[in-house]
Parts: sequence; structure tokens; C-alpha cells
Amino acid sequence: MEELSAKELRDKIVAGRISSVEATKAVFERIEKLEPTIGVYISTFEKHALAKAREVDEKIAGGESVGQLAGVPVAIKDVMCINFGATTCASKILENFRAPYNATVVEKLLLADAVIIGKTNMDEFAMGSSTENSGLKRTVNPWDTNRVPGGSSGGSAAAVAGWLCFAALGSDTGGSIRQPASFCSVVGLKPTYGRVSRFGLVAYGSSLDQIGPITHTVADTALMLNVIAGHDPADSTSVEEKTAPVGDFLERLDEPIEKLKIAIVPQFNAGADQQVQKALSEAIEVYKKLGAEIIEVEMPHLDYAIAAYYIIATAEASSNLARYDGVHYGHRTQNPGDYIEVYSKSRAEAFGKEVKRRIMLGTYVLSSGYYDAYYLKALKVRNLIRGDFTKAFEKCNCIVMPVSPTTAFKIGEKVDDPLKMYLSDIYTISANLAGIPGISIPCGFDDSELPIGLQILAPAFDEDKLLRIARMFEKETDWHKRRPAIEV
Amino acid sequence: MAQKKTGNRSVNSKMSDIRYKVLVGLEIHVHLSTQTKMFCGCELEYGAEGNSRVCPVCLGMPGSLPVMNKQAVEHAILAGLALNCEIAEFTKWDRKSYYYPDLPKNYQISQYDLPLCINGSIEIPLEDGGTKKIRIIRAHLEEDAGKNLHTAGNFSQIDLNRAGASLLEIVTEPDMNTAAEVRSLAVELQRMVRYLGVSHADMQKGHMRFEPNINLIVTKDGTEYKTPIVEVKNLNSFRALERSVDFEIHRQLDEFLETGQVLEMGNKSTRGWDDANQVTFLQREKEEAHDYRYFPDPDLVPVKVTKEWLESIKARLCELPLKRQKRYVSEYGLDDYDAGVLTAEHSTAEYFEDVVAKGAYFKRACNIITQDLLKLANERGSSVADLGIPAIHTAELCKMVEEGIVSATAAAKITTIMSESPDKSPQAIAEEHNLIQKSDAGELEQIVDQVLAENPTAVKDVTSGGKKSKKARGFLLGQVIQKTRGQANPKVASEILTKKLC
Repeated sequence: MEELSAKELRDKIVAGRISSVEATKAVFERIEKLEPTIGVYISTFEKHALAKAREVDEKIAGGESVGQLAGVPVAIKDVMCINFGATTCASKILENFRAPYNATVVEKLLLADAVIIGKTNMDEFAMGSSTENSGLKRTVNPWDTNRVPGGSSGGSAAAVAGWLCFAALGSDTGGSIRQPASFCSVVGLKPTYGRVSRFGLVAYGSSLDQIGPITHTVADTALMLNVIAGHDPADSTSVEEKTAPVGDFLERLDEPIEKLKIAIVPQFNAGADQQVQKALSEAIEVYKKLGAEIIEVEMPHLDYAIAAYYIIATAEASSNLARYDGVHYGHRTQNPGDYIEVYSKSRAEAFGKEVKRRIMLGTYVLSSGYYDAYYLKALKVRNLIRGDFTKAFEKCNCIVMPVSPTTAFKIGEKVDDPLKMYLSDIYTISANLAGIPGISIPCGFDDSELPIGLQILAPAFDEDKLLRIARMFEKETDWHKRRPAIEV
Repeated sequence: MAQKKTGNRSVNSKMSDIRYKVLVGLEIHVHLSTQTKMFCGCELEYGAEGNSRVCPVCLGMPGSLPVMNKQAVEHAILAGLALNCEIAEFTKWDRKSYYYPDLPKNYQISQYDLPLCINGSIEIPLEDGGTKKIRIIRAHLEEDAGKNLHTAGNFSQIDLNRAGASLLEIVTEPDMNTAAEVRSLAVELQRMVRYLGVSHADMQKGHMRFEPNINLIVTKDGTEYKTPIVEVKNLNSFRALERSVDFEIHRQLDEFLETGQVLEMGNKSTRGWDDANQVTFLQREKEEAHDYRYFPDPDLVPVKVTKEWLESIKARLCELPLKRQKRYVSEYGLDDYDAGVLTAEHSTAEYFEDVVAKGAYFKRACNIITQDLLKLANERGSSVADLGIPAIHTAELCKMVEEGIVSATAAAKITTIMSESPDKSPQAIAEEHNLIQKSDAGELEQIVDQVLAENPTAVKDVTSGGKKSKKARGFLLGQVIQKTRGQANPKVASEILTKKLC
């Protein structure tokens, strides 16, 4: 069963060849075995999951129609609200917080008959690139337990890689889906901004945040996207159906793109490790063999992406996280002297270092006298980066580049050097600034047998083509079939 | 201290000649009467149990997102149009950050640099019957905060029922020069927003809150001095508004004479109003360098006010109350006070015009509406229009009074019955209750003769033409009317009486 993709499992469950209860039990057995080593889940819902699995099995036995994810055990990053358990954002400040509502994506998963088995670890409030900033637990990379799984959706990526679920949801503000997907050799998609509702997604950088799938295969990603995409009246920034219709992303997935034109940004790729560059070159060769034309484009403003990102994201974060004040919910300090102390002590006690750092950064860049020099300028850079992409996409169907300049690094290696950690987001951040979709797919391993990901970026709302281009590569290669040797 | 109505005043000081001018600008928060809150689906209910009108959005829970209330924008645009404002074609939402327990997100969604309405004005009535134009700087939309309650022992409670309610914040230029003008603006604005149907503007329910900014320009020995600006926070009645401004004028003058303190950067202070002692008290000495860290709210999309949309809202604009009041004076010759009463509420003015259109003489219609109908309405806590009396019946009643068919006193009785039985015509009611006046000269003559016979002394007083003549005549007429149990037409009776006594 562990060899099955989510889609294959779904097909077998619908055909009555495997029951959802069986699949769910198998996953929980595996969790029991591997969780102590990998440390993926902040919470699991065995009872709840088995009840849902039974319900789906009964529906199928009774000949009722079932949803697209019928009976498939899935995990969600602990940044999406559920009404049947805690939503912690891996932060002590929300350690015991239970939302009275489901995020729209959670509603959609349940409506599609998915079995939600647990909530995965992450960097606190999705701030980080290694999941080491979790305030609640440590997650390791299933490919090398001395290394990080990437972040901030490290729990979801490690859960998929370690087969502790069949598919997962992550969230991506500056690469938080794609980078851990690449570190863990799984598929991760950041959809176009506005494609998936953010209602119930605890905000980090609201203008950048987007929920997306982390899966074993491109087809599984297409399947998950089918379920979660679409306009939501509860999210004003989600795009109307008439602007961006949601079709069936699986329908033409195996159809290659004719006259495929792929762009690369040579000056930009040079910063990546040799082995990452080599894997990229080999990936490009695969596409060439498939008949694609490779062109070079210049994107002069990408060099400023990190600077712009760490201003915009932190500015929004400083405001988004103001509500965690110990007054209404979440951690409250013991015996405060006055209400100011309720704020200052509660926040000082429960937020982690990185979260505090970003709140301070964001507060600073929004302060009167600094706003124009930082925030406003960053918005201008953001526009220029958008312009770079628009221009580039006039000449090509997609742009390929590395996901991360390195493969998974060692636990603790960058913890004390935030700037170094920030720089590891260099390839992923611009897609968030531009609002375009980006995918990471397995494209090789380095000498230490650590996975390397290939990033493909496409124009806004062009997920259909993006997935087909990814699928073309996946069909030609076996990287996605390799499994980590984590077995106990 | 005696109040003068002019903006410039002078006082006598032992040392020197001092004159001063008062400058007051006003910030007004108006609760819009939208079905639901500004950014969520919660319905407001005054007096509802604490924290019972809330949802994840107005509680600011993690992951919740605001969705703009289109009705609130339309209400605000309508108010902006009535205030002669330019309406922005493009506007957006900004976050205003500050920490306070009644503010669940610790930021308020407001409008910073692109308010929906700018550069307007409002005419306010003055005590002398004239009007004055007060400039409006801006009017923008925002969400309200909740309420902190400090009623229980060692802790405070927070009620978030009001949190997220749609508010229109209107800011005027400091164009008002007396406390009476400040009050007049507040009252006029209340009448206006009610007319437009954009707010219930119920003071008791906190639908309007005022924050006047007050200072003086004092001329002492030929030199002008500006006193430091004081903002009085959170006034929620016209009385408190007027009195606090008046108090501040005198307090600032005294303070200036005592300390010579003048306006400087950063010495604006904030004061509260102590209603029990009728004084303002210091809240914040120096305007703290508030940094609200405004930035565009990424959860909301900008608002584009298209021409079509604006036109459709413009179509809802009606004749504004002050203009209507002045028209009633010029067109119907009503006095300003009565015209003001008739135009206090839109529906009352509409009702009045309807009654006139249906044939009533406007002065009679004015009397019956402002006296009888308004009294009934006030007793029932409703409006005149809500009494349910068809305008055609009121018009008919007016004509009956005019023609002497019923007396003004009887008309009051008839209106009460009409409001209880809206289907019955005043004619039918008058007949049923014997309220038709006796105008039959023959019948009245007999009664007059009877009265004259019964009251020889009074007759003598009248005919002798002395001091008591007028009083005695009135007495005799009263007797006639009493004998007919009020049904005698006083005009006819008076004529007969005059004839008989000559």
C-alpha cells in the first residue's frame, strides 16, 4: 500500500479493492513506527479519521457517489484552522488554541471525502526555511535524520516523503512548500495567488501566502488542486471563477505541451551549488530531448527579491501577529501588573526568536519616517519583479531554475545566522512577490544522496500548463520513485 | 459669564484689553444603519447580551478574513454626496495599528490617505435664522471597536458586540466659532443622516459620537496668541458637546491669562468630559507621538467607484432637511420653528407635503401635524408617518377645521381616533362622536338668547363697555359653547352674540 500514490489509492478505494479504513489504519501503524524518529505531527486524529474512513467505505458499499479524494488519508500543515482539534501554528502562543471553524480548504477536503489524519509541524507561524523554528517539536529529513526537512512546511513534506500520509497541504509565503518538497524529494505546488482560498489559513504575509499541495506525484498535486482551488466569497483576494475558471487539472495532464519554450536565467542560477546546477542542466537536457526549445532571459530585478520580500512579509506579519496578545485567546502571562503587561509578557514568553525578529523588522519598516524608504520602496521593487516575469513570459511557456541553492542542510547549521537562512529562499521568493504559480519536482540527488528539486514557474493562473510541463519531466525520469531508507 | 452670539468676544482684564476668537473643528463618528457589520455578517442589536453578536471575523480570530460590506460604502457615498464632497473613484482600506483590549486584531481597518469622501461642506442653521457653511475635510469608513467594561472588581470585561460595526468618520475644518454653532452642526448632521436613511443617529444608542478640537485666538494688546488645541474625547450627547465646548472656551481663556501658554508643536492635549460636575478633565497632557503604522490592508481589495454605481447612489439623494426647512418658510410662509419641526424627519416632511398635495391648507396641515399628530407619535415613540393615518384623511380633517365643520379641539380628538382606526374617515368619526360644530344660526340663536337671559350681569358688563366688557363677552361665548358641549362653531356663535349685544 505504501507504494501507492494518492490517486492510485483513491481509485482502489472507489473500486472497493482496498477500504479506506484499511488504508487509514496502515498509515497510523506507520506513524506509530516512524513518528518518534521523524517527528512530523503536532496532532493526529485517529478516531476522527477512522470515523470518516468508515463513512466513506459505507458510502462506496452503498453505491453512493464519493468525492475526488475518497478515503485518502491526508495531512495538513498546522497553520490551517480545524474545528475538531487544535491549530497551533507550532507556536506556544497558540498551543491550546482551538478554532471554532474549518478553513475553507479543510471544508473542501472533507467535502471531497478526504480523511484528515493529522496536523504537521512547521516553522512557528510559517517563518523559517528548516522547521527548526517550531516552538513545539523537531522534524528531521527522512532522507537523512541529521538534516532539516526544509521549511516552513517541513512537517508536511517529511510526512509525504516518509509515507506518513498519502498527500498533504502546505502553505507557501516565500518558498515554504517548494523548498521542503525539494529537500524531501516530493512534489510541491504553490498555486497562483488568489487561486486557493486563504480563509482559515493563519496569516503570515497576507499578500504572499498561498496554500498548496505536497504529494508524491504530479498527478496527485493536480488531484489535490482540483479539490482546493476556486473562488471563496469569504476571501476577497480569492479570484472569481470567471477570471480564473477551475477546470479538471487531471484531464489533460498527460498531454505534452507542443512547441514548449522554456526560459532559463543564467546569471541568476550561478549562485547555486555545483551539484544543484548540474542537476538543473540535466533536467534541461531531458526537456530538450522532449523537443523543448530553451531560451535565455534576463530578469534584472530578481536580485532584489529577498530584500523586498523581507520588508513586505515582515511588515504584514507584524500587523497580522498583533492579535496574539493574551487578551482574547492563546497564551496569557501569569499575574500581569496591568494590561500593558498582559501584552508584553504574554508575547515575550510565547513567541520564538525568529517570530520576534520578524515582528520587530516589520514594525520598524512601517514606522513613520521609514515607511517610504522601506515599505513603499519594496512595493515598487515588487512591481518591477512582476514586470520582469510578464516580459519573460511573453517569450516562453515557463521558466526553470533551482528551488534552493543547496540540498538539505544539517540541523543547527544555520540557526544562528538568520541572514544565511534568508538567502536560501533566493529562488522561491520571487514567485510569491509576483503572485505566479511555481512547482518543485524531484530532479536528482547530490553525492550525499540528498534530493534536489527542479522549480518550474508559469504565468498566473496557468497551473494547467505548469502541471503538464512537470508531468512531461516526471514521465521521463524515475527520481520521484526513489524512497528514503528510513525504514525501521 | 454672559454668552454673546458673535464669534468675537472681549473681556475686561485689569491689565489690558483682550479680545478672543473661538475655533472649533469637529470629528464625528456616525454609526451607519447597515444590516450587518462593516466586514462580517453579524447583525447589530442594541442591548443584546454581551459578546452574542460576534463571529470569527469581528473577533479577529486567526485565519479569519474581512469581506467588505457594500451597503456601508453606499451609505457613506450617499452621506458624502449630501455633504457636497468629492467621491473618490479609487479608494482602499488601511490598517491602523494600536494596542487596546477592545480592539481584537490590535489594528483597526480604516481609510488613511485615500478617504472615500473629501472636500465637502455643510450648511448649518444659526439662531438668528441665517445659515453658515462649515467645510468638511474628509469622511471615511472604518470599523468600530468593542467596549471595555470596568464594572467587576479586579479585572475588566470586554464586550465585542459593537466591534466591527460600520462607522463613518466625518472631520470638519475648525470653522465653528461658538458652542451653539457646534451644537447646530451636530443636530443638523443628525437630521441629515436620518433623512438619507444612512444612520438611525440615535444618541442614546451611541450612534453618534463627537470629538471637538478647540482653541482660541486671543488678541492681547494688539498681538494675537493661539492657545493650545484641546481635543475632548467621546461625547455622546448634544448637551455634553455644547457644554464641554463652552467650558473649554472659558477654561482656555483663564489658563491663557494665568500662564500665557500658547500653541506649540506637540502640546495638543486630550481631555474628557465629566458630566456630573460639568467640567472637562485632562486625559493626556501631550499628544503622544502616535505612530499608527498605517499600511494598505492586504486582505481587502481596493474599491473602485464606477460612474454607474455613483449615479445609482446619486439617484437616492433627496432634498436635504435645511433646504426643505427654508423652502417651507419661503414657499408656504410657515415660521422657521414650525418648518424645522416638520422637516426634522424625512418621513414627516414627506407626509406634510402629501397632505398639502391632497388639498389641505398648508398652515392648517402644519398645525395638525406639528401639534396633534406629533404629540400622538411622541406618545407612541413612533414617527408621524408610522401612525398609519392616510394622508387623504388628514387632508380632509384639515379642510373640516378650515370650514368650521369641526373645532380645533375636536380635530385633536379625531386624530387620536384616526390613528386607532386608520380606515375611518374624519367625517365619519366626527359624526359618530358628535363632534360636528353647530353652525346653524337659528339653533344657535336660541342658545344665545338662553345664555343672555341666564347671565344678566355679564350682559350688563358688555353693554356698559367698561373694563370688564371684553372679559364678560368671552365668558358669554364660553357659555354658549359649553351648552352645545363644544359643538358650536365659535365664529358663528360670536357673530350672533355680537349682533344680539349691539
